[in-house]
Order: sequence, then structure tokens, then C-alpha cells
Amino acid sequence: MPEDTGRPHVQSEPPSPIRGTGHTYASVTDKISAITLSRRTPRGWLLGFGVAFLVVMVLLFAITYLLAVGVGIWGINMPVAWGFAIVNFVWWIGIGHAGTLISAILLLMRQQWRTSINRFAEAMTLFAVACAGLFPVLHLGRPWFFYWLIPYPNTMDIWPQFRSPLVWDFFAVSTYGTVSLLFWYIGLIPDFATLRDRSQSSIGRIIYGMLAMGWRGAARHWHRYEIAYLLLAGLATPLVVSVHSIVSFDFAVALLPGWHSTIFPPYFVAGAIFSGFAMVLTIAIPVRAVYHLEEFITMQHLRNMALIILTTGLIVGYGYLMEAFTALYSGNDYEIFTLYNRMFGPYALLYWLMLGCNVLAPQVLWFRQVRGSVPLLFVIALIVNVGMWLERFTIVVTSLHRDFLPSSWGMYYPTIWDWATFVGTIGLFVALLFLFLRFLPMISIFEMRELVAETTSSDAT
Amino acid sequence: MLNLPQIKPVHQHPSLGDLATIRGRLQTAQGPEYWRSLEELAGSQEFQEFLHREFPQQASEWQDAMGRRRFLQLMGASLALAGVSACSRQPDEKIVPYVRAPRGGMVPGKPLYFATAMTLDGVALGVLAESYMGRPIKIEGNPQHPASLGATDAFAQASVLTLYDPDRAQAVTTQRGQISTWNAFLTTLRTALEAQHLKDGAGIRLLTETVTSPTLVQQIHTLFTRFPGASWHQYTPVNDHTVQAGARMAFGKDVTPLYHFEKANVILALEADFLASGPSTLRYAHDFAQKRRLPGTSTAMNRLYVVESSLSLTGAIADHRLPVRPSAIAGLALAVARALGVIANGSATIQAQVAPLSRLAPYPPASEMQAHWIKTVAEDLWQHRGASLVVVGRQQPPLVHALAHAMNNVLGNVGHTVVYTTPVAAQPVDQLGSLRTLVEDMAAGRVELLVILGGNPVYTAPADLPFAQHLIRVPLCLYLGLYANETSALCQWHIPETHYLEAWGDARAYDGTVSLTQPLIAPLYNGKSAPELLAALLEQPEQSGREIVQEYWRSQYEGADFDQFWRRALHDGLIADTAFPPQEVQLRTDWLAEAATPAAPSPGLELLFQPDPTIWDGCFANNGWLQELPKPITKLTWDNAALLSPATAEWLGLSNEAVVELRLQGRSVRAPVWIVPGQADDVVTVHLGYGRWRTGRVGAGTGFNAYTLRTSEAFWAGRGLEVHPTGERYLLATTQHHHSMEGRHLVRAGTLQQYLEQPYFAQEMSHIPQPQETLYPPQDYEGYAWGMVIDLNTCLGCNACVVACQAENNIPIVGKREVQRGREMHWLRIDRYYKGPPHQPEVYHQPVLCMHCEHAPCEVVCPVYATVHNHEGLNDMVYNRCIGTRYCSNNCPYKVRRFNFLHYAETHTPSLQLLHNPEVTVRSRGVMEKCTYCVQRISAARIQAQLENRTMRDGEVVTACQAACPTGAIIFGDINDPSSHVVRLKGTPLNYGMLTELNTRPRTTYLARLRNPNPALGDAPG
Repeated sequence: MPEDTGRPHVQSEPPSPIRGTGHTYASVTDKISAITLSRRTPRGWLLGFGVAFLVVMVLLFAITYLLAVGVGIWGINMPVAWGFAIVNFVWWIGIGHAGTLISAILLLMRQQWRTSINRFAEAMTLFAVACAGLFPVLHLGRPWFFYWLIPYPNTMDIWPQFRSPLVWDFFAVSTYGTVSLLFWYIGLIPDFATLRDRSQSSIGRIIYGMLAMGWRGAARHWHRYEIAYLLLAGLATPLVVSVHSIVSFDFAVALLPGWHSTIFPPYFVAGAIFSGFAMVLTIAIPVRAVYHLEEFITMQHLRNMALIILTTGLIVGYGYLMEAFTALYSGNDYEIFTLYNRMFGPYALLYWLMLGCNVLAPQVLWFRQVRGSVPLLFVIALIVNVGMWLERFTIVVTSLHRDFLPSSWGMYYPTIWDWATFVGTIGLFVALLFLFLRFLPMISIFEMRELVAETTSSDAT
Repeated sequence: MLNLPQIKPVHQHPSLGDLATIRGRLQTAQGPEYWRSLEELAGSQEFQEFLHREFPQQASEWQDAMGRRRFLQLMGASLALAGVSACSRQPDEKIVPYVRAPRGGMVPGKPLYFATAMTLDGVALGVLAESYMGRPIKIEGNPQHPASLGATDAFAQASVLTLYDPDRAQAVTTQRGQISTWNAFLTTLRTALEAQHLKDGAGIRLLTETVTSPTLVQQIHTLFTRFPGASWHQYTPVNDHTVQAGARMAFGKDVTPLYHFEKANVILALEADFLASGPSTLRYAHDFAQKRRLPGTSTAMNRLYVVESSLSLTGAIADHRLPVRPSAIAGLALAVARALGVIANGSATIQAQVAPLSRLAPYPPASEMQAHWIKTVAEDLWQHRGASLVVVGRQQPPLVHALAHAMNNVLGNVGHTVVYTTPVAAQPVDQLGSLRTLVEDMAAGRVELLVILGGNPVYTAPADLPFAQHLIRVPLCLYLGLYANETSALCQWHIPETHYLEAWGDARAYDGTVSLTQPLIAPLYNGKSAPELLAALLEQPEQSGREIVQEYWRSQYEGADFDQFWRRALHDGLIADTAFPPQEVQLRTDWLAEAATPAAPSPGLELLFQPDPTIWDGCFANNGWLQELPKPITKLTWDNAALLSPATAEWLGLSNEAVVELRLQGRSVRAPVWIVPGQADDVVTVHLGYGRWRTGRVGAGTGFNAYTLRTSEAFWAGRGLEVHPTGERYLLATTQHHHSMEGRHLVRAGTLQQYLEQPYFAQEMSHIPQPQETLYPPQDYEGYAWGMVIDLNTCLGCNACVVACQAENNIPIVGKREVQRGREMHWLRIDRYYKGPPHQPEVYHQPVLCMHCEHAPCEVVCPVYATVHNHEGLNDMVYNRCIGTRYCSNNCPYKVRRFNFLHYAETHTPSLQLLHNPEVTVRSRGVMEKCTYCVQRISAARIQAQLENRTMRDGEVVTACQAACPTGAIIFGDINDPSSHVVRLKGTPLNYGMLTELNTRPRTTYLARLRNPNPALGDAPG
């Protein structure tokens, strides 16, 4: 068990989570690895996982029925050919943004406070991308041909059409998924080694040992590890911006009023970070309470995330404003009508609810007391999650349901299968999260140890 | 038919006894006749099923030993039959192709066209049936036929679906449902006829629909010479009794008015939907459009005034439309007549010479506006004496018809815009009276043998005539009908009727022209035609339909070479020069004495009955294409509704889909409400034909039965209607939810005056981007470049094109639930917009199909190149490349793309598989589809041109929609050919493209709609 790290010690201004808690290398390791290695599975975990697993079964059932019968089981129709599938896709991808942002950008910016939340934020990203990735495939009329989007040599002598944003989308999301996975896994390697060394069971030792890929904590290992991690961080950073920009192109490239707008890429990216942090909060708050990790995930973390939510929330609000302004300023009848229809049409309630959730609700975060209140933060995070889902619904459905020819206007009503698929992916997400909490260290052990080293040394000075 | 996952279609697989049937037929068939049909038998139901079902059927029966044995039997039999078919002889009977003779026999993969005739309510429409390898799959109009002139209506287009309908009656049944045989039937019949011989047939009654067929009439007369005591009754629910009675009132004899709209400059239509309802509509629409279309140089247009209570397609194209209740129309007609000087102070005098304008005395003075309207219309009619026309619809009482005759007489229109001929009905009778007599006879027990030829009288008889009640007491009742229906359920014997594409026959067209019906396929279900059944009554059951018809015409033919005459007639589908000549008629001087002055309109609600625009009187209830066809005005599918005006609905506190109870004279029915702008206030319109309680799987459970309220008193309209809200709701399926153009320039319309002052008004309504305003490189189209023009000025919105497209392109139906979800599959739809006040709106129809944009927004967003542009400018759909992202549809501003959300295509029912056009792919689920400009027709023409080493000529490619259109409103052609019709039209000032401001550069463009309002009435439509 290597007790020293080859990692350069950098003085950091931001607050350190374990300052003054009296934690030592050993106590950090004990506390975090115990969650994974304890023999008894907690009852609460069993219950939670059991429920989530049932919901995953709902998802599987919905998917099976979908594949057997066709996308007609959903509520989509001819003006509104995209419904819940695309709404959920964009929503999940957005949620997936926080992980990479925290891991890569904050790492590059030397924001040490990220250490205690980056591991599960990354896990969350991965799970969200997995959920998101289901939808574009499932929403196809003939999902078994999804691979036609891949440019592979084939006897038909035909490639995908690179002018189509859906092809860009395919690359963006698959790249993002791959890089996130690598980033997460590489970050886990030293901790796998710790678990391998500490595990009492032979199975644990074998599995964790294989996952640790022979990590011995040698200086050379640390050296290469640090370089690889930094490189991946550099690689992942542009992805934070690119993925949701490209997802927004699915809409912005179309000529549909309400979609055809140049503000979409920045506005989508801000929205993604907004919803991603909201989801991190949504998960961090209960986890920290259940596993008594208040010392690692401190109030300062929560406060910082609240500030990011506030900031990105303002950007999103600006996006809404500009969308409305451009529509009105353009003088384009169709654009103006779409805006009017969003505000006062059949789906107006959802529009105003969205504004309330995404613009109004985060404003309370201006107050220090609110940022300091865990229950309030939890509620606001939930509201933002709902709001961002509504935003995607508004963008997808209200633009489609009344476009150019009034004769073909229609309405979209989700069916039970739409809901089953959506709720099912939430179940999948939660189930994966439960598995993660049980079998992997949810907080980076070695990075926390680093922090202990840093803080004790800084305390000493 | 409804391929919903939740509904498990129950296919009535014929049992394996089929083989026995086939074998039985082989044994019992009369030599030559049967052998002729063997080749066609390949296209018959049993044989197809026998071939196609062999394995699935066996698979399901494999478990028991019997199944295996039968399988071996089948194997043996199929080998035997294969041998048999190899030595089949050529048909003995002559079925002469219309255009391309099959030199040396049928060429596989090449369609043949045969002239035949479809009848509706007994009156013929000449058509050409397209046959692929012995399967008729598509109906086109017969250009030589006076009622068609090459066009077809929705009914004719959909008739092929009825032919292959698996729900058709498939066997002779007795005892109300027991399967029996034709021979058993003949035995029963013989016994019954022997008994009748003793009393001169006093117990025999024959009930038919309107009969125009000369052959059938002769058979009936022969029957009556043999059984002098028998009698013939006729009843058709949509009959022209009022027209006949009106003519008799005016002229004292049975004549029918025939109109020449191509000569009429000013037309007044009194509840006459002459453009969309009735046997002569195609011809009338064609003639009307001749005066409506604005050619390059001429600036004359006819002017149409319409007075009606329920918005019709004729009302929709009118220049001035006055919505009034049905009972007020008589008064209005009287007022116009007075204004024209037809009536002077109650006594009837014909004062054509007297300046009639001095006699303006509006009656009744309903309102200032109406009086002005009447005066203006009368003046306009008078100014166009000899080229004006007053027409009245069958819903109006005889008096109004007589008034119209008198007005046309005064206006000097007789002999110009209207002529009078012998009625086409062989024996024009008061059909209500005829049916009443029959019911009385049945009640008195005088009827012992009732033969019902077609129709469905149990369902359609007026509610006050207890027809069904007495029918069950008739000792022997024989019914010939296509379907097991309400009537067949109460008759001892049901003989399956042949479809017109399976039978020989003849019938007269609206003008009297004799049209011949020839079979294109052997009867699928052992059916018999009406002449064949009558032959059985005449105790000559061995006579085939062909012999009967041919013998009759041989006896009528006076020339030398009958064979040549017969071939010619079959080739043309009609017997030349059999149209009735115009008759001299003299208006009776005392005709008005007979007529009661129409009662003044009373307050209270009125009920108006109309045949349904898509399923007519109910005879098409099991036709999915017609059920799912959006009704022209309401855009409803799969149901009828109680149509109310917005004001009446508001007054009654009703909204769309609210269920009300309609009560009329002690009878009641529950119906959902549908609010229709343009409906006259205080009038509820109901369409007949729905609410069938015994029909096939498609028609079951649709709509409510309006016949419940229809009595012989209130046959077309009834007063004293009560409407009681029930508080319930019934969901209807409409294809268009929004009816305003929202100020967008989609349908561009102006007045004739506006056009003359500013010819380019339509093009000036929107910004058209310059050719260089694009990022894409310019695309040159060498060779052909296909384009289309749709003339909104002559488009009536009649739906013929929609069904034609459906038939041509194997477009599936999806069922009511899917329509409610907005998933109808029509590649070509007709958008209908209202403009102006809801009580008197302007109505616009706009057929919308794929625009084949040169800058197609759908193409760039498809990730897999499933929709691409071809070198001729077509936007092609590659079905087997499509993975169903539906992005193309989202990006299509015209929303013309259709998606197979579920497995809609009919691939399970063998008989319906026969219907598929082999030139068009049947699409699977998860695939996008849309209009292709009938690319299969373009290819066929191209191949032909290449074989002949020439380029395609203008007009050589006719799309299915274009071919069906009665007014020629759709024109297709090569826009690279400067002399083509389509280029000429695209060069006219009225040509505009929809949503061109998006720079889509649509290949389909429209000619703006023009109206020709009378300046004296202002610009308002009313």
C-alpha cells in the first residue's frame, strides 16, 4: 500500500473538505473503502436497489414491446414525429454534462474541492449517457438498422450522410461516452488497487485485482498516471462544449420555427451544466446523509454547486429572453407565431412552468441562507431537474405541433409507453447508481489522501 | 384491415374444404364456361388462398394426424391442378382490351385495360379497369364515356377494394346463415315457382333498386308475362323521386332535365350539389370547370349562386352562397320566380316577353339583405337569358323543381343550358309509394315469394314503414347482395352477388347511354349477378351472364355484323348513340294549381338528411378507403355526426363531440355534434349510411343510424326537431383540426376583378428568394424535369384524387384510433380552410402532396440518404434504406410525409394482397413514405419511349390523381419542355408556390383561386 504519492503538491485557495476534521491517510481510506468492502449489505440499499431494479424491468418490458410492435405505441404522430424519446435523450445528455465538467475542467483549473464529488459525478455522467444513448436507437422506426449511421465499409457502397446533424450527433455522443468511461476508469485504477489490497474475500481480490490492472503504486505508475489523466482531461474539456452544441444542432439546423436559431448551442451547453449540477446535488445530498460523508462532501461543496446553478440558470434565462427577442425582432410571422403559441397555446402551462422552474426558482440562491440550507438546495435541485425536462419538451413538441401549414397542426399526448420508457430509464440510472455505491469507492480515496497530505502540511505552516 | 396491435384481426380462413369446393366446381361447372375461368381462377380467392396459405395453414394443423393427411392430399391436388392449368384453353368469350391488344396473349407485368361500367343507384359510370395478370387493381375513367370523360369519383376508385373485401358474402346461405349451395337454392326456387304458376304468380314480388339495365328490364318483363300476378317494386334510399315529380308537375310527363353547364354563365343552385353528389357529377363538374378555368386570353368566368342549408362542395366553390334552412328554399325560389315574372299574383302565366324586372315582389321578405340578394340574382339570371341556369337538388320538394323548370323556361334556357330527356330509370315510379305498397302487401299476407335484388331495404327503408317486421313473415324471401347485411339476416336465402368487376351486365348512364359491364376476374365468391338470378327465376338457371346480356343485345341489334358491333361495344364500354335525345317539352299552364304554396318557414329546428359524401347510403360502409377518406367539408373519418352551425351550437350550448339525442316525430337517435361553419342556423344535417348493425369488420361500430329518424314524411328534411344534450362525449376522428390560414398566404385567392386589374396579385403576396440566394451549387436538370400545377380555381375538393392515389400507391388505412392520433397515411390530402365570418365563410380547398422541392429540406437531414434527389428533380424515397428517424418529416414545411408508426400495410389477408399494385413497394413498419409523383408511371412511360426510340411526349405521364380529377385541375409534365401544358400554366400570372419564402423551390405550384362575385352584392360571399 503506497502511502506516499508522487503527485506534485499544489497550494490551492479553495476550501479543502477535510480540513480540521482530524482525518489521516488511514482514516480516509478506512472510511471510504468500508462502504464498499463491508460484508453486510445494508437493508436500505437492498430496498432501494430492489425498487430501482423493478423499474428497470418496466423499462425492459417497454423496450421489448416497442421492438415487437413499433414506435406507434408512443404518442408521436405526424406533425409531432419526435416526442418523449428525443426529450429524454436531450435531458439525460444534459445531466451527463456535470461529470465531465467537474472532472476535467475543474481539474485543469486546479479546483481542489472537486475531489470529493468528482467520482460519483463522473459515474452519474456515465449512467446518464447510457440512459441517453438508449433513446436515439429506440426511437428509430427500424432500430435494428441503427448501425447504418456508422461509416463502415459495406457492400451497399454507401456512407451516412454527413450533412445530417443526426450523424454528427452519433459521433458526438459516442465520443463523449467513450471518453467519459475512460476518464472514469483511469481515475478508479489506484482505488481498485486499494480495494484489492484490503478486500477480505478472494472474489473481491480477483475482481478488483483485474480491474486494478496490476497497479502497484510505483512512482513510475504515478508519473504515467498523472500524464494520462491530464491528457484525458484536456481531451474531455472540449467535449463538454461540443456534445450539447451538436445536440442542439439537431434542432438548430432544421428550418422549423422555434428550432431554427443560432442561440441554441451556447444556450444548450449552459442548460446542460445547469441540469447536470442540479442532478449532482440531487444525488449528493441524500448520499452524503445516508453514508455520513458530511466531512468529505461539505457544505462548501453544496454552496459552490449552488452558485454554479445560479450562474448557469441566469445564462439559460438569458437564452429564453434572446429566443423571444430574436423571434419578435426577426419580423418572421412563423417565428412570432411559434413564440406566441408557446406562451399562450395549448402547451402554455408547460412553458410558464418551465420559466418558473428554471429562471425563477434558482433566484433564491442569491441568499446565503438558502445556499446553506441542505433541504432547500435539494428542493431547488429537483425543481431544476423538472424544469430542464420541461424545457426540452417545450422545444421539441411546441415547435413541431404547429408549424407552417395550419391544416397539419396537431397535438401530442404521451402514452403509457412513453412514460414507461422515461421512468424506466430513471430506474436504470438509479439502479446503476446503487451498484456503483455498493461496489466502487464513491469518493476518490487516493485523491482524498492527497488532500489530507496537503491540508495537514498547510495546517502545519 | 385495422392493423392495430391491440386488435387481433380474426381472419376468416376458409376451411380446407376449399379444395373440395374447387374440385367440386371443376366437376359441376358447365364445360366451356368453367374452363374459360380456370386461368382467371388463379386470381380467384380460393385459388390464391390455396396457393398462399398452404404452409401456414398446415403449420397450424400439423399436430393432428388428419392435418398431415390433408396436407398430402393438397400436395397431390396441387400437382394435379398444375397439370390442369397447363392445358387450359383460351377463353371463349370476348373480353376486348380498350387500348393495347394483347398480341399473342397477356404479357406478364404489363397491365391491360378493359372498359366496363360501375353503377351507383342503378346509374352507370363508364370506367377502364386496369388488370395485372388477371387481377383488376385500379379503376380509371373511360374517356369515351359521357358520364366519365376519363375522370372517376372516389366511389369508383374505391370499388376495387370492395371487390377483394374478405368480408363479402362468400356462399349461398339459407335459413338465415346456414351455408348451402346454388343447386339447393334452385330446388327450393323451382318448388316455389311451381306453386306460383297455379295462381299466376300472385304471390311473387320483386324488389329492386332503380333499374336502368335494358337486359334486366327485359328479363323482368318476361317474368311478368309468365307470372301476370307478380309485381315489381323499386326502392333506393337516395332516389330522384322529387326530380321526377317536379318534372311531371311542370310538364305533365316523365322527363329528366340534363344540364349543360359548359354553356351556362350564371347558375343558381337551390340545394343542388350538382358538382359532388349524384350520377352525373363527373360530367357536370367537367362542364362547369370549362367555364370556370381561366385560359390565357379569355377573361370570362361563370358565376355560381348557391342557396343551401348545409355546406356542400358546390356551395364551397360558389361565388355567392346563401345559407338558409331547407324549408325556406321553396319561398326563396318562389321569390326569384316572381322576380323573373314566372308567377303573377298567384296564377301561373308564362310571361317571358313581359319585362319581368318590373314585377319584383320579394317573397318572403325574410330580410332586407335576402330581398336584395334575390333581386340581384334574378337580374343576373335575366341578363344572361339563354346562358343561365337554375338547378334544384333532390332534397327539395317537387314544387321547387317545377319552379326551376318554369324559370329556365322563362329565361330561355331550355334547349341551351338545359334539355329534357327520357328518364334513365326504366320504370320511373314513386319509390316511396312503391315500397309502401309492398309493405302493405306483406302485411296482408299477399306476398309469398319476395325477391330482393341488391340494396339493403331493411336498413334503408323509412322508419315509419315496418318493412323488416313484415319481411320476416314472408314465406320465402330471396336476397341477392354483396354482403351479409341487415336484409340478408331476415331473408331465407342469401345469394352472394357478383361485384361489377366479376359480372356481365349493362346499365344506362345519366344521359341514357348504354354502358356495358364485363368481368375482369372470375367471381371470387361464387357470386351471381342480377341477370343470372332472374334467369333462374325464369327457369333458365344454366344461362350465363354473358349469354343473357349478349342475347338481349343480339335481339336489339338490327345491323348486319353483330359480332363486330359487340366487339366494338365491349371495347368502348358503351353502345354508341344510345343517349336519349332531347325531348320537346311544354310547360303546363296550370301546373301551379297542383302545388300547395309552401308553408312559411316556422321557427324551431329542422333536420336535413344527406347521403354520406364517402359511404353514400351505407353501401360502402365496409370499404376502408372510403371510411378513412376525410369527408370533404367536415374532414371527419369513420363516423357521421350531427352537423350544426356555430350559432346554433352556441345557442344550444353544444360543442364538438358532445352527444345529443335527436328527436323527430317520436323517434330518436343519439349523435355526436360537429360544428360546421357555413351551415344554416337552426338546421341539423345528418348523413345516412352509418350505424350499420350487421356489416363487415371495417364498417362495424361506425357512426349512428340516421335512417332511424327518416320517415316517408320527413324523407329529406323534417321539421320540429328536438335536440337534447346528453352530457356524454363521443370522440370523432378528424384529419384537420385547424381551419384558419392564420393570415398565411397558403391558398391565394382573389376576385376576377382583382385579377384583371392586377394579374400578378398572387405572386406578389410573398417574397420569392432570388436563384442566387442559396449556399448550394446550382443544379442543372438535363432531360426531363417533372413538375406539377394544381389549379385551385377548378379544384372542387371532391376527394377523387385522394382515393386514386391510395389505390395506385398501395396506401394502407390505419383505422379510427390511429386517425385520432394523427397518423393517417394519405400521400395526397385536401386541406380545407375557412375565411371570413363563421356563418358565411369562404371555403378553400387545396390538394397538398409532396412538392418535390428543388431544395428539399427533408433531404439534408436524413442521416442515411434514404430520401434523395434524382436527376429529374424528383425527391425520391428509398424505403429499404430508411431507418425511420422521422427527421425528414420534422423538417418538411408542408408535412406531406407519412410514417408507418405500426405495421399498417395489409400483408395478412390474401384477397387484399391481390389488390396491391405490383409496381409499387408495400412499405413495412418504421419506414417513411410520401408522394412519388407516381414514379412507376413515369418509368413505364420512359421504358415505352425508349423502346420506340423517342422522348416522352407531353401528357404521356399521367399521375393517378391527375387521371381521376374530373375538372382537370391537376396538370403534370416536363418543365424542361417549353411546349408542355405544365410550363404554359406555370407561366401564367396566377401561378404561385406555397411557402416559397423558405427557398424550398417547390416543383408543385398552384394557380390562385378566383371568385367572380357580383359587384351588386359586394365582395362578400353571401
